[in-house]
Amino acid sequence: MSVCIRIKDAVKKYGDNTIISDLSLDIKEGEFFTLLGPSGCGKTTLLRMIAGFNSIEGGDFYFNDKRINDIDPAQRNIGMVFQNYAIFPHMTVRDNVAFGLKNRKESKQTIQAETDKFMELMHIKEYADRMPDRLSGGQQQRVALARALVIKPDVLLMDEPLSNLDAKLRVEMRTVIKEIQHTVGITNVYVTHDQEEAMAVSDRIAVMNQGDIQQVGTPKDIYQRPANLFVATFIGRSNILPGKLKVVDGKAVLGFDAGFEVEMENVLPEQKKDQPVQISVRPEEFVLQTAQDAEGLKATIDSSVFLGLNTHYFAHMDDGERIEIVQESQIDSVIPDGTVIRLGIKKEKINVFGADGAHNLLEGVRDDNAV
Amino acid sequence: MKKTKKLDLWVIVSLAILGCYLLFLIYPLFNLLRQSVFDSTGAFTLEYFEKFFGKSYYLSTLWNSFKVSVAATVITLVIGVPLAYVYNMYYIRGRGFLQIIIILCSMSAPFIGAYSWILLLGNSGLIRKAIKSLLGITLPSIYGFNGILLVLSLQLFPLVFLYVSGAMKNIDNSLLEASENMGCKGAKRFFKVILPLCMPTILAATLLVFMRAFADFGTPLLIGQGYRTFPVEIYNAFFSETAGGDYGFACATSVIAIVITTVVFLLQKRTANRFSFTMNALHPIERRKAKGPFNVLIHIFAYGVVAVAFMPQVYILYQSFRKTSGKAFVPGYSLDSYRSALEVAGSAIKNTFVIGLGALALIILMAVLVAYLVVRRKNTANNVIDIMSMLPYIIPGSVVGIALIMAFNQKPLILTGTMIIMIIALVIRRLPYTIRSSVATLQQIPITVEEAAISLGASKVKTFFLITVPMMANGIISGAILSWVTIITELSTAICLYTVRTQTLTLAIYVYVSRGNDGIAAALATILSLTTVVSLCIFMKVSKSKDVTL
Repeated sequence: MSVCIRIKDAVKKYGDNTIISDLSLDIKEGEFFTLLGPSGCGKTTLLRMIAGFNSIEGGDFYFNDKRINDIDPAQRNIGMVFQNYAIFPHMTVRDNVAFGLKNRKESKQTIQAETDKFMELMHIKEYADRMPDRLSGGQQQRVALARALVIKPDVLLMDEPLSNLDAKLRVEMRTVIKEIQHTVGITNVYVTHDQEEAMAVSDRIAVMNQGDIQQVGTPKDIYQRPANLFVATFIGRSNILPGKLKVVDGKAVLGFDAGFEVEMENVLPEQKKDQPVQISVRPEEFVLQTAQDAEGLKATIDSSVFLGLNTHYFAHMDDGERIEIVQESQIDSVIPDGTVIRLGIKKEKINVFGADGAHNLLEGVRDDNAV
Repeated sequence: MKKTKKLDLWVIVSLAILGCYLLFLIYPLFNLLRQSVFDSTGAFTLEYFEKFFGKSYYLSTLWNSFKVSVAATVITLVIGVPLAYVYNMYYIRGRGFLQIIIILCSMSAPFIGAYSWILLLGNSGLIRKAIKSLLGITLPSIYGFNGILLVLSLQLFPLVFLYVSGAMKNIDNSLLEASENMGCKGAKRFFKVILPLCMPTILAATLLVFMRAFADFGTPLLIGQGYRTFPVEIYNAFFSETAGGDYGFACATSVIAIVITTVVFLLQKRTANRFSFTMNALHPIERRKAKGPFNVLIHIFAYGVVAVAFMPQVYILYQSFRKTSGKAFVPGYSLDSYRSALEVAGSAIKNTFVIGLGALALIILMAVLVAYLVVRRKNTANNVIDIMSMLPYIIPGSVVGIALIMAFNQKPLILTGTMIIMIIALVIRRLPYTIRSSVATLQQIPITVEEAAISLGASKVKTFFLITVPMMANGIISGAILSWVTIITELSTAICLYTVRTQTLTLAIYVYVSRGNDGIAAALATILSLTTVVSLCIFMKVSKSKDVTL
């Protein structure tokens, strides 16, 4: 049985140092929920508060309607997967997986059957009698997952479970994790600093920075309509360019300081006023044009990297601002360094923030956590 | 916010251990200090210190101890460091075997070495007589400074060797290749690269050797004769029949000893801080085969040092099988010595095991608990425990003995003459080894493993016994065996505390040596060595390595 998790006004302090102040969050039943943020943003701290390994200095944590603040970690019915897997080195794979069931004093037959079932599910049955030090990183990861899931926890917590694996295995394991979560249908809280990993596995993502939640939404929401400048720069790559928003004949016109204007149709009605803004343009949201009479931002190519599917160009504008452009690779030659180009803008894709970067001025931003 | 206040089990453990240390270590030491500055009427006095510093005789014992300790330290470094270099850089035949012998040498009781050297080089010693009749040369006397120096150097160089070998195993081969690549090799590389890289370890070894040499009691007692050293003087001040009973003076001398070892310890710590860095070799040094005369030379060096160091033990073994008539040896071989040894000293052997195993059990229990408190429950009380547990490291054994007698020979707690006080003394002195190895192991175990167990529904107590302790097992056992070996070879504290009923093997050997009953002494010493060898074999089996670090 899985649960929904409700966190209200959580506070975490180490001594006088406040790590998390007043954080609220709703995690839905059965969803794959990811806490994403740079290191030190408090995501692991929050996870360990849910698990019960960190004390809670304020606020309430609920599993469904049950307040869990004062429940012993052993009684919370949580499955946890650690960054270093935390496999018991002195027990065989089978004993590791069976450990939680033994603690529940299940019958021998149940333990045997359930252990077998989950070892089979994770494809580690053949290693059942091996000691952990004879397993590869990926296999240890599977043991850790089986061990956490076999106790039928209400919630599965995962703390950067893939960061110790090599790149290829990481991609493989994240598919395994996603699939297993679907099969078991358990509420999953996942911590990572790798935004690509977060996008690949999550139903919803909470982007965190400095102990605060910046935005909660689906991967598509937070990538395409980031709620603020931090999310725009942390998720994917973004060129941040200064500009001004003007209202001309009732229409919002976005002017780049580098000298180019586009008319915007999706500015929020209340933001339709003259104001300085920061414009976030992802590298793929530029349209690269070599014709000198084309409309767009003027820039000069400094260097380029051919990556097969795409070609990345690094360029600077006349005011010295450096920008990155991604273009689907063309069959003819790569544009040589030093070429002066004109950059068009895919205006329906770009994002515009207020001068302080705190808010997106466009329509369509979805932040489940917004009050 | 409501908070359920549970009485944490670990707080109780913490308090209990703290209480034990206060009662059995801090109170005796404090008592020692008190008695050194108050006379029998309870008035403050500096008379005892004046007595010590006023007489050149007492000062000279201090000076003697310094001289012999510094000289022994220098010699152990001169032998130990090159030996470690040769062992780790070059291919030596029979390397594993030699290494075990070296470890054995460091593990035997020093005074047995002293005793054997007397038999070999004493006034009527075997080698002395042989050289005199063959070459007509009279060797310098073994008694006094020379003898102590010889015995201590051969006893302690293995520590330097083992320490520095450990450090050299952590030097990455690429460092050596890099220095060679930049034109620094051979002797220059040894002094410019390898020696500095081993410096933290060499300093640690220097401290250990100096402390051991300075506090050593048995060697100067046997071989020192007129050359009086400080630990012997402390013992004499307390026990000797002529000057005996001057407790105040004995206490004052003990206080001076503690001050000196503390100063040396702090000086070493300060120096060591300047050289502190960590290494971890991805690719350990590959040993090479040395060529030509150099290869011969290093083999002669390696085998020569080991042979000389091991000779006393072999000779004792030989003596134990000789036929005896009364106290004298007669031609032929027999097991008579063992028979009479078991007859007269059977209870001593039993005592060694009862006291030793009793102490060991307590040591293991305390070490596991202290390690857990220090690593997992950092707080002020546990820091204090950590520091207190390492105190005995710098306090000479005879001082621990005297402090315990002074503290527990009166009501309300009379322990003198019992086995309990001997067990307590051994626990206090030998606990640090097991604590250090347990702490080191626990520090390497990520706390998440314990959290995993808790999240899987195991209680804290269950997690400790099912997860934490088994994972620490290797560290605990290897530390415990080292504690055990030093327990059974311990003399300096036991000699202060024993009675006829609580005599141990080392004490029995000492008694028979001083009575001149060489056959029985040799047999007992061999039994002791055998116990040590068996313990070491278990250690190597458990720790799956041939490395021993003290």
